[in-house]
Amino acid sequence: MNRQAAGWIIALIALVAVPFVHRDPYHLHVLVLILIWSFAYTSWSIMGRFGLVSLGHGGFMGIGAYVTALLWNHLGVSPWIGIPVSMVTAGVLALVVAYPCFRFRITGHYFVLVTLALSGIVLQVITATRDYTGGSLGYTPQRAPSGKGLLALQFDDKTTWYLIALAVWIAGLVIWRAIDRSMIRHAMEAISEDEDAAAAAGVNVTAEKLKITLISALMTALSGALYCQYQMFISPDTVSGIAVSLQMVFAAIVGGVYVALGPTVGAVITIVLAEVLRISFGTKAVGWDNLVYGVLLVLFIIFLPKGILGSVIDRIKSPRKPSRSHEQQTVPIAHR
Amino acid sequence: MQSFLDIFDIYLLEAVINGILLGGVLALLALGLNLIFGVIDVTWICYAELVMIGMYGMYYLVQYYGLPYWAAAPLVILLVALLGGALHFFVIAPLLTAPPINQLLATGGVLFILQSFATVAFGIDFRNLGIRLPVLALGEMNFSYARLLSFAAALLGMIGVYLFLTRTFTGTAIRAIAQDRQIMPLMGVDPKRIYLVTSAIGGGLAGLAACLLVLQYDVHPFVGLSFGPITFLICVLGGLGNFIGGFIAAFVFAEIISLGGLFSDLEWGYVLAFAFFIVMMFIRPAGLLARRS
Repeated sequence: MNRQAAGWIIALIALVAVPFVHRDPYHLHVLVLILIWSFAYTSWSIMGRFGLVSLGHGGFMGIGAYVTALLWNHLGVSPWIGIPVSMVTAGVLALVVAYPCFRFRITGHYFVLVTLALSGIVLQVITATRDYTGGSLGYTPQRAPSGKGLLALQFDDKTTWYLIALAVWIAGLVIWRAIDRSMIRHAMEAISEDEDAAAAAGVNVTAEKLKITLISALMTALSGALYCQYQMFISPDTVSGIAVSLQMVFAAIVGGVYVALGPTVGAVITIVLAEVLRISFGTKAVGWDNLVYGVLLVLFIIFLPKGILGSVIDRIKSPRKPSRSHEQQTVPIAHR
Repeated sequence: MQSFLDIFDIYLLEAVINGILLGGVLALLALGLNLIFGVIDVTWICYAELVMIGMYGMYYLVQYYGLPYWAAAPLVILLVALLGGALHFFVIAPLLTAPPINQLLATGGVLFILQSFATVAFGIDFRNLGIRLPVLALGEMNFSYARLLSFAAALLGMIGVYLFLTRTFTGTAIRAIAQDRQIMPLMGVDPKRIYLVTSAIGGGLAGLAACLLVLQYDVHPFVGLSFGPITFLICVLGGLGNFIGGFIAAFVFAEIISLGGLFSDLEWGYVLAFAFFIVMMFIRPAGLLARRS
């Protein structure tokens, strides 16, 4: 166990050291993007691993990005306040939609489609209020006057952003681990197996689901705000809507939803793939990355539903261990 | 003031009627999706993308190969029907016993594939058929023939499916398997074949919708996102798998969008429709026509 802890510490030091050793701005840019999106995908998986498949996370991310940017541009509120406000907004919205959902036991397909409507609403509201948000043309937070970069959370330096993104990403993993070791996880696993049985065993189904949804929504909003502050440009299509929601689901599943680093592996694969295609084929590559993603997603769901990392870990650990609750179960319905 | 009110009412009436015309096509889309859900118990998230492919099919057959519209339409319906069958055969069939969420996400992958395939193959330009149908002026109201034609064709398509389901052996088998998928194989019905036929019919309906939508809208790789989500919401609002519920919900949604768009931007019409959907989910979680249990 001590050796494992030492391993983690060495890995951490190595990660922190990267920008000081390797200063190539393009590589750092890709790394920052990977860290921010990894955090977003991890946020999704915190819910998704328990079978709460949400397509509304594009909406939460959009709220995180747009509320922060709008507060800064129109009211001059620093992102240090704006980001918490945007997170609270997303959290309230999540609770408003999720509470009745869980209370009235909207699950499975229906839950997916209700959350789909949520991200649709956010996308359309952003587009409709184009006088303030710039509509589908996108939106840019105003540059802070020089010397006020810290107040406005705007840094030109890639190293600073790398360290911020790294810290947030690690925080995401810590939250994942905390949940993994808490009672919430056991309660949620019971719920995802059988809600009635869980309720009968004394699990407060609605409250547990709400907790996990709230955590997930808050984190997703934070990732949206970070993305906005880093890129200094957001558009409805890149931070909100159904496409972004699907992108989250896709990356998380390819990496593996049931292990902490799975979503990160998913982010590395998708972003590196997109960048490689972009560099080697230039503008001809438009569309190819999504084509590859789509094919991969279908293949993964059919052949490797636990994702790359999940399957690798299983392969290493497996033969001795009995199968865990979340493994694929074939329902024995004959002649189906 | 009086004249203002007159104009206002004319606009209102026009919006109401346009809503009904829009509802026809939406009902057609919802029917295809409901059929597949009711029989096979999967949701094709990529349904609207099949329509998009069909719209491109129409564009190329009419503009590029110079076929007349009426000759191109059956070809496109056939093409999308084949696509629906292929989708079932290659993606859904291997996942039939997997959790429903996995099936849904796999069709999400197909959505990515079709969208990016269209981007790669056809480019991201907006294209249209170049057919401009005249406008019917009725008093002070204007209706485009494209919408009237779509409405009529959508109704005919739905009646056709209804007759197929009630009057033929295969149709009866489809309805039976939707009711009890474990007993039907014992009655000598091959579920694999029925699923394939159903998927092809669902695809065919998407093809028909494509032929009609291409008259009114430009086609581009992401056009599916503009009416796909609405179609799912209609199906859920009507109760997934409930044909009549879907039919009614389509018109409810179309009216909300049309009237919401009348009072301000079209986007607000959509926002209203989405919000209405979420509220309705809480009032009637199992759909408009469901009995409360």
